[in-house]
Amino acid sequence: MNDTNPRRLTIARAMAEAVQQEMQQDPKVFVMGEDIGALGGVFGNTRGLLEEFGGERIRDTPISETAFIGAGVGAAQDGMRPIVELMFVDFFGVCFDAIYNNMAKNNYFSGGNVKVPMVIMTSTGGGYSDGGQHSQCLYGIFAHLPGMKVVAPSNAYDAKGLMTAAIRDDSPVIFMYHKGLQGMGWLGTEAGATVDTPKASYEIEIGKAKVVREGTDVTIVGLAMGVHNGLRAADQLAARGISAEVIDLRSLVPLDRDTVINSVRKTGRLIVVDEDYQSYGVSGEIITSVVEHDYSILRAAPKRVAYPDVPIPFARPMEQFCLPNAEKIVAAYDAM
Amino acid sequence: MAVPDETKLWMYKTMFLSRRFEETIEKIYLEGKTPAFNMANGPIPGEMHLSNGQEPVAVGVCAHLNAEDVVTATHRPHHQAIAKGVDLKRMTAEIFGKATGLSGGRGGHMHLFDPAVNFACSGIIAQGMGPACGAALSRKMQNKPGVAVSFIGEGAVNQGAFHESLNLAAVWNLPVIFVVEDNAWGISVSKKDSTAVARNDVRAAAYDMPGYYIENNDPIAIYDIAGEAIARARAGGGPSLIEIETFRLAGHFMGDAEAYRPAGEKESLGSRDPIPAFRALLQSEGVTSTQLDELEASAESEVAEAISFAQDSDYAPVEDALTHVFA
Repeated sequence: MNDTNPRRLTIARAMAEAVQQEMQQDPKVFVMGEDIGALGGVFGNTRGLLEEFGGERIRDTPISETAFIGAGVGAAQDGMRPIVELMFVDFFGVCFDAIYNNMAKNNYFSGGNVKVPMVIMTSTGGGYSDGGQHSQCLYGIFAHLPGMKVVAPSNAYDAKGLMTAAIRDDSPVIFMYHKGLQGMGWLGTEAGATVDTPKASYEIEIGKAKVVREGTDVTIVGLAMGVHNGLRAADQLAARGISAEVIDLRSLVPLDRDTVINSVRKTGRLIVVDEDYQSYGVSGEIITSVVEHDYSILRAAPKRVAYPDVPIPFARPMEQFCLPNAEKIVAAYDAM
Repeated sequence: MAVPDETKLWMYKTMFLSRRFEETIEKIYLEGKTPAFNMANGPIPGEMHLSNGQEPVAVGVCAHLNAEDVVTATHRPHHQAIAKGVDLKRMTAEIFGKATGLSGGRGGHMHLFDPAVNFACSGIIAQGMGPACGAALSRKMQNKPGVAVSFIGEGAVNQGAFHESLNLAAVWNLPVIFVVEDNAWGISVSKKDSTAVARNDVRAAAYDMPGYYIENNDPIAIYDIAGEAIARARAGGGPSLIEIETFRLAGHFMGDAEAYRPAGEKESLGSRDPIPAFRALLQSEGVTSTQLDELEASAESEVAEAISFAQDSDYAPVEDALTHVFA
């Protein structure tokens, strides 16, 4: 297949391809984590890599996140460029010291003399009844703490470009991929995440949001699965003659506030969609960014469609009740 | 193994320098903190963890290390930093929070980073162990020389990071040496009240690696055992665990009333001070007082120079606090 033909890839395959291409051109790049070798990653994002690169660079670890994420920090500080998988973001509870006290702070503590060029890729999101320790997003936790860049793609094209940029970045990057967008049949997959993805390597700049649908009446801001819910809501609103603009944040750190502010300046209305818990999180940060810049550009009180502040329930009807969806976004618009 | 004469002299001078450095830091630390002890006051604010008494561990191990070898140390790092060859002037300036410090004042005494000699320390118990494994892995994968040494206290052995790191080092056969400084106290809790085994060398068996326990804070014994473990790691023989009986002459941090120590313990430590004992040993082996006095004088002047450098340096502009969050 040549580079000009459209290639529809899943996010899982796009991530694996970005990693593969970086490993081919930089011997310092390697991957470690649980089940990333022979299994190819529980969510498919390292599939095929063991066969090409072998077990030294595609390194299965013990179930021992404190040790292997700490080891990622030490290897990165020693000149390697590790990509470390934290299988579910929910597992951060057993290893957060290595992440936020070491990985995120050592560049600062060293006055910039010790760099930590490391990527943690970690799965997020629910909707498939995996219970409250395998379904969270926790975007706000990682974005809140200084020293880590944070990205969360909504489609394969962005996933590949952001992964390439993350691996090449000299700062630590948390790459949060949503399980429901991953293209694994057994998880049920959002079709809109599987898109044309060039074979040739490319970067998407970390810290740049994208207007994925232009509109004039309301701005819907989301990330990962929230973008797809926003697009569905925009379709429903369009059927009623309402023009919604949809913004895919793509990165949480750095946060592209300008793109959001410019959109709201045009539409005067803002809805933020976030599958992470509502309070103290992404939705509050986005709204604050607009309000403290210029509250007069708002023509109505902003709204948020986020996960309620409860642990994630197992029962399918309860979980679906809690999750953001297009209907909730439309209802938020109607309440403005 | 016999310790080369030159190495013994380096060990003595380095222990002496570390001790004199901390005695000077101690004096300056107390400026502005009397009559009322307020940690925020004085030219060196914040917590201050002195390592006096534990110098044999640092010199016995670091005598075998080169600049390329990696050390991760703890919240009590001065002796190891000095023995590893960290730039003393810039380290001192960092302890004072000055612009000329290793990190321009962003780190302080618990966060000293000197990449020129691959030294780093951190403030949370057992935190450096995973990174030491990673540095060792990096050398192995790149086929580059160098081992990693992770210093921890005996209070760290009940952290998950301790056990996880030993397992990872063993299962990947990494060139890393874990050195436990057993000063008997985790702040105020004694080893026997916190740890199910009397000696942590036995825990090495759980990870199929050699374990050693060294008694009496003995620099020569430490040198011997560390040399064996480091040579094995360099030769591809994998990790080791070494626990060393040592003691801190001071409290956990400055300002610690040390009421938890049994009566008489503190008083008895002076007679076990390893530095006069090592001086006596060297003299008994024929090193003259004049030679030793010269080493001491040289150490004194290095300390004085570093302290002056730090005192004479400026603080960075406060806005510098907002830089170096990202690479």
